[in-house]
Amino acid sequence: MSRKIFSRRLDKIFKILGISFMVFSLLVLLVLLIDVFLDGKSRLTWGFLTSFPSRKPQQAGILSAWVGSVWIMITTAIFALPLGIGAGIYLEEYARKNRLTKFIEINIANLAGVPSIIYGLLGLGLFVRYLNLDRSVLAGGLTLALLVLPIIILSTQQALRAIPFSIREASYAVGATKWQTVRHQLLPAALGNIMTGVILAMSRAIGETAPLITIGALTYIAFLPQSPIIFLKNFPFVRFSLKGMFDPFTVLPIQIFNWVSRPQKGFFTNAAAGIIVLLCLTLIMNISAILLRHHYQGKIRW
Amino acid sequence: MKKRIGLITLAIVVVNFFLTGAFSDTKLIKIDGSSTVFPITEAVAEEFQKQYPGIKVMVGISGTGGGFKRFCRAETDISDASRPIKPKEVELCKENNIEYIEVPVAYDGLAVMVNPQNTWVDYLTVKELKKIWEPSSQGVITKWSQIRAGFPDKEIHLFGPGTDSGTFDYFTEAICGKSGASRGDYTASEDDNILVEGIASDPFALGYFGLAYYEQNKDKLKIVPIDDEDDTNGKGAIAPSLETVMDSTYQPLSRPIFIYISTKAAKKDEVKKFVEFYLKEAKKLVVEVGYIPLPDEAYKAALERFQKGITGSVFGGKGAKVGVKMEELLRMEK
Repeated sequence: MSRKIFSRRLDKIFKILGISFMVFSLLVLLVLLIDVFLDGKSRLTWGFLTSFPSRKPQQAGILSAWVGSVWIMITTAIFALPLGIGAGIYLEEYARKNRLTKFIEINIANLAGVPSIIYGLLGLGLFVRYLNLDRSVLAGGLTLALLVLPIIILSTQQALRAIPFSIREASYAVGATKWQTVRHQLLPAALGNIMTGVILAMSRAIGETAPLITIGALTYIAFLPQSPIIFLKNFPFVRFSLKGMFDPFTVLPIQIFNWVSRPQKGFFTNAAAGIIVLLCLTLIMNISAILLRHHYQGKIRW
Repeated sequence: MKKRIGLITLAIVVVNFFLTGAFSDTKLIKIDGSSTVFPITEAVAEEFQKQYPGIKVMVGISGTGGGFKRFCRAETDISDASRPIKPKEVELCKENNIEYIEVPVAYDGLAVMVNPQNTWVDYLTVKELKKIWEPSSQGVITKWSQIRAGFPDKEIHLFGPGTDSGTFDYFTEAICGKSGASRGDYTASEDDNILVEGIASDPFALGYFGLAYYEQNKDKLKIVPIDDEDDTNGKGAIAPSLETVMDSTYQPLSRPIFIYISTKAAKKDEVKKFVEFYLKEAKKLVVEVGYIPLPDEAYKAALERFQKGITGSVFGGKGAKVGVKMEELLRMEK
C-alpha cells in the first residue's frame, strides 16, 4: 500500500469521524429540544405569554419575565455596545503595541472567563448599594453589560484584525486620517463579524441567572416596568420615558428556575414552556445576527 | 435638511424625557427572604393585588439569611423567614434602628423518606436518626444493619438538602442537637425534586425534605413515622400529616415559619392592609400551596400581636428552637 493511498484513506476516516461527531451532538440537542417541547407544548398558549405568575400552575404566565428579559437585554446593549466596540477599536487601531496594551489585553481575555456570579457581587456592591440604583432594570442591565463587555471587546478586536493591512495603507495613501479610515473602511468591513460577536454575547446574557439573583432580581412580580412609550390624548400625543429603567424586574431564567424547584407537577410543564420561549428569544437573536452579517457583507466592495 | 430634521426629532425626544418627572407615586410593598415561605407569600400577594389593584407587591427569594440582611438595611418592608431571627441579625437590625414585628404564618413539616421497596423500616426513633446523620457517623455508619438489629446487611444511601437551606439548619438542630451538625457524605441538593427522584430510584435510600414534596410524590416514596420517645406529645411513632403537624404531635420535625414586618413599614396603610389580609386568608392559601396552617387561635393571636405592634421575637432572638407550639408561645407573650 503506497503512502498516497494510506493518506487518502486516513482523510476519509477523519471525514467520517467528523461527521459522526457533528451528527451526535446535533442528535443530543434534538432529543433535548423534543423532550422540552413535548413537556411544555400544552402550556404554550397566548395566555401563557400575557399573564402574570400565579400559585396555580394553569393560570401562571411569564408576562413579567419575558418583558423583564427584553428590558434587560436592551439596557445591556445600550451600555455594552458603544463601550465594548469603542474599547476594541482603540486597542486594535490606536493603542501603541507595548507591554501595557498587552497587559490590558490579557486581562480582558481573563475577564471573559470569570464566573458570572462574581459580576453579580460586583453589581450588588457597585450599582445596587454604592450608586443606590436599588434592584432596578438599570442595575441589572449594567451588571450584565460588565459581564458581556470582555466578549464584545475581544470579538471587535478579532474582526478588525481580520481586515487585510493593505486596506489601511490604501486609505492612508489617498490622504485619509486614522478616524476616516476606521469610520469608512474598517468599521463597515468588520461590522458583520462584530455583530456576530455581539449577538453571541447577548445570547449568553439572556440566559444568565446567577448575577441577577445576586443583585436581587425578584421572583414574584405582577406588574411591568413603566413603558418607554406613552400615548397621550393631547399634544404632543406621544411621550417617551426611561423611568422603567428604575423599576424592579424579573427575567425568564429566574422564573424557570423557581418553577422547576416547586413540588407541584403543573409547574414543570410551565417551566418547559418557559424554556421554549427563552429558546425562541435566543433563536430570534441568532437569526438576526446572521441576517445582519449577510446584509453588511454584501455591502462592502473594495 | 435631512440632518436638521434628525436634530429636531432628537431635541423633542430629549425634552420629552425631562417632562416625564410627574408620575403618580404607586404604592409598593417590598418583600424578600426564604424560598420556603415564598409560595405562601406569592399566593397571598396574588390574591391581595386582585382585591387592591392600586397596590403593587413584589416578592424575592434571597433565602432567610439574605432576606434578613436586606430587611435590616431597611431595603425591604417584610421579610419571609423559615426560622426565627438569629442574634447576629438582631444585632444588625439594632445598628440600623430597625424594629420588627414577628408573625407566624404556617407550619412546615420535614418528612423522612425511604424507597417503597424498603420493607424493613416501619418507623425510626430520633436516636436512630441521630446515629444516621451525626457528624461522627461519617464513613462509620454505612449499612442498614448498623442502625437497628434486624435491618438487612445492605449499604445505606443518604439524601438531604444542601447546607445553605433552612431545612438543613432545622433538621440538624432537631436531630443532632446543633444547627449545621451533619455528616457530609450524603447526596446533597438544594432542589428537593432531585432528592425525590434519588430516593425513588434507589431501594436502599433514606432522605429528608419538606412535607409538601412528599404530598406531590406519594406514589414514589414511603414515609417514615418518627418516634421522639416522649409520650407527652403523642405516643409511639407518628407520621407527618396535616393533623399531626397541626396538633404538634409530630415532633421534633415540624416548625413554624414566619414573616417579619418592620415597624416603620407597618405604619404605612398598604402594608397594614397586606399583613391583615395575609393572616385572614392564610388558612385557605397555606393548604392550597402544600403547607400546614396554624390553628385558628394562633392566627388570631398573631393578628392581635401585629395590631398592637408588639416588637421582638418570641424566641428571644436566639434562632431556631425545636418542638414549639406556636399558640403557646403567643399566649405567653400576653
